[in-house]
Amino acid sequence: MSTLHTVNKSPFEKTSLDTCLKYLGGGASLLLMEDGVYAALKGTTVESKVKTALDSVKVYVLGPDLKARGFTDERVIEGISVVDYAGFVDLAAENDKVQAWL
Amino acid sequence: MSETVKNFLYLNRKAPYGTIYAWESLEVVLIGAAFDQDVSLAFVDDGVYQLTKGQDTAEIGMKNFSPTYAALGDYEVKKIYVEQESLEERGLTLDDLQHLVWEDEDDDWAEKDSIKLVSRAEMAALMDESDVVFSF
Repeated sequence: MSTLHTVNKSPFEKTSLDTCLKYLGGGASLLLMEDGVYAALKGTTVESKVKTALDSVKVYVLGPDLKARGFTDERVIEGISVVDYAGFVDLAAENDKVQAWL
Repeated sequence: MSETVKNFLYLNRKAPYGTIYAWESLEVVLIGAAFDQDVSLAFVDDGVYQLTKGQDTAEIGMKNFSPTYAALGDYEVKKIYVEQESLEERGLTLDDLQHLVWEDEDDDWAEKDSIKLVSRAEMAALMDESDVVFSF
């Protein structure tokens, strides 16, 4: 069963991303959205943690939320794909279920 | 109006848009500015994200309130403290933030920087010296 995991809170504010990373199975996808997009940026103290996740799962970040916060695609960690809302819908449709980490 | 003037510190620790705290905090600052108190703003932890340049909220359907920070100088709010350690943990520099200024009428309306970069220790001292701290 393929799951799309979503994380919508900043890794500096909540442990949601940390916890989610412990539960990602093979074939899972992770979408960073709302304040969660901060985990997708280069140069933070959580960068290595997120890069490690990229070794086993596909990681996406919601572009509109990055732009709202003042960040362009160039600031995103290599390997993370930037998607828009249509892309979010596609991800939800392609996976068997969506698991939201709040 | 009373003659007592207190030092108010507005402590901002949350990112913008994901929750309403950042906007609410700004609204309280603007309301408070009308009462002639000594106001300082502190940005710590995710609060530093509130001041980033280039915020474009068109695609998320929310109002972009970042221009309001640029207007603070006009409301006599010119003490804006940003914590260095918080920036570093997030891979940010002062250059990623808006350049906030105020105009000094005692110096021929010269434009001066409102943002002061402080260390965590300096931030602690600031909190200690404040009469009132509002946390957001």
